[in-house]
Formats: sequence, structure tokens, C-alpha cells
Amino acid sequence: MADVFDRVKEIIVDRLDVEEEKVTLEASFKDDLDADSLDVVELVMELEDEFDMEIADEEAEKINTVGDAVNYINSVS
Amino acid sequence: MLKGKSVLVTGASRGIGRTIAIEFAKQGANVAVNYAGSEAKAKEVAEELKSYGVQAFPIQANVSHEDSVKAMVKEVIGAFGSLDILVNNAGVTRDNLLMRMKEEEFDDVINTNLKGVFLCTKAVTRQMMKQRAGRIVNVASIVGVSGNPGQANYVAAKAGVIGLTKTTAKELASRNILVNAVAPGFISTDMTEALNEEQKEAMLSVIPLDRFGEPEDVAKVVRFLASDDASYITGQTIHIDGGMVM
Repeated sequence: MADVFDRVKEIIVDRLDVEEEKVTLEASFKDDLDADSLDVVELVMELEDEFDMEIADEEAEKINTVGDAVNYINSVS
Repeated sequence: MLKGKSVLVTGASRGIGRTIAIEFAKQGANVAVNYAGSEAKAKEVAEELKSYGVQAFPIQANVSHEDSVKAMVKEVIGAFGSLDILVNNAGVTRDNLLMRMKEEEFDDVINTNLKGVFLCTKAVTRQMMKQRAGRIVNVASIVGVSGNPGQANYVAAKAGVIGLTKTTAKELASRNILVNAVAPGFISTDMTEALNEEQKEAMLSVIPLDRFGEPEDVAKVVRFLASDDASYITGQTIHIDGGMVM
């Protein structure tokens, strides 16, 4: 199974239609990847499905960068 | 045109909700018949819908409780495999003059009629966003536009529903989820049956079309708003009131 970052990256590339190189751990969804608030909500939904977990709203609100998402997933799985 | 679509109608065991459920079944849509307490009536409605050759089942949920709503939506999606149309119809009245209205009467009506719409909308949005398609039709009321003595709670809730409709429409438009409301005026139901002749006359005098509406008048507009014919309409509130409020 691919590493968490690779799986997250694949979803982001697919959903936000961005170049793979732009998806770094430091990349901010809104500032660097051109996502709006609803895109981020939707990404979180897809991550929940991909990793078979539920991310509480309070936690989801803290996810601003790709690294935040990867770290959160690693911390609970 | 709605053949095979999956629909959830809240408060569908009687009145306008029941008629809306029947209207969808006539169009070939599969319908989940939500009810709060009237299990026997909801079962009857589901059986009637099946006679049109569609899938239908009663499903209990209190729309003002998030857990209850979430479980209902999960079950509907499990049964139908999708959720294309939500009709937020469930509503209650606790009429009283403002000066006499108890906090509890106010809260009850807001919880079911306004918070219930919020919770059901929130619960179906995930599925509709994934589908990149969805229709939500909220049953508001003309009194939410005009005000009505004795119904501070109901009017506040229905006006709230109209505002919620507009905001939800704006938030979800980019995902092809269209959200509209209908605002029925005086519709012949158990509620208007209870009026005396004098009250009826007074009401008719302010209705240009000079008759009460029928539940079908509302159901047909809801069906239209849920159909492909309405694909360029979102955030609107359609008055179905015989011209009473313009």
C-alpha cells in the first residue's frame, strides 16, 4: 500500500486539478493549491472515505496544509 | 422524467408531505416516507406509493435531532444507492399570541421547522456533493413572507427557512446542488377544515383567485423544482397562494 502522503497527493491532484509537483507537505490548500473553503470540506470528505475514518469538524478546521492532513491521518491510524 | 430518482420527503405521513410523496411516485421516483410519530399512516403512504411501481418505505426520524437525521439519511442512501432529491416538509404549529407564547412553544416550532431543515440539508449534502447533483426543496410558508398574528414562532421559522434556502443555494451552486423553497398560502388540509365559515370567508376575501389551494397545487411545483426543467432556478421562493402575497 502506498504511503499516506502519496495517497493524499493523488486525491488532491485529482480533485483540485493541480500539478503533482505543487503538492508538497508545506503547500496550503487555499493559498498554494487554489482551493476554496468548500473544496477543502470536500477533500476532507474524500480523505475520510479513502482512509476509512471520521474526521471531526473541529479537527477538519485545523487542516490548512497538505502536511496537516498527512499528520492528522498518521496520528490516528 | 423523475424515473428512478431517489427522494426523501420529511413529514410525509399526511397533508402536503403525503401528496408530494405521491406526486414523485407517479413520476416513477423511489420515495422514502419520513415520519416522526405516525407510523401506521406512513406505512399506508408507502404502500400507496408502491402501487405506482416504485420502491418506497416508511422511515422514522425526529428531524430536530442530528443523530436521528444522520441515521435516516444513511439508511435511505443504503436502500436506494443514491439520494437525488430532499424535500424538507416536516413542520408543526404551536399557535399563540406573542404575549402568551411560552418559550417551549417557540423552541418546539423552531427546532422542527427551522433546525430540522438545517440538519436534513447538512446530512444529505455529502452525498449530493459526491454525486455532483442534487435538488433540495424546502416547504416554507407564505406567512414567512407576510407575517401572521398568533404565529410568531411559525413565521420566524418559515422566514428562517427562506433565508437558509438562499444561503444553501449560494454555497452549493458550484456543486450543481439546487435549493429552492415553496411558500404555500391557504391549502385545504385538516388545518383549514377546522375553520368556521366566517373565518373562511375572511381568508378568501384576500385571495385574488378566490379559492383555497389544494395539496396537489403545492406538490406539482415541488415536482417541477426537482425536475430537469428547473435546472436554471436556485435560491428562489415560489409563492403558491392564489396571488395573496405579491
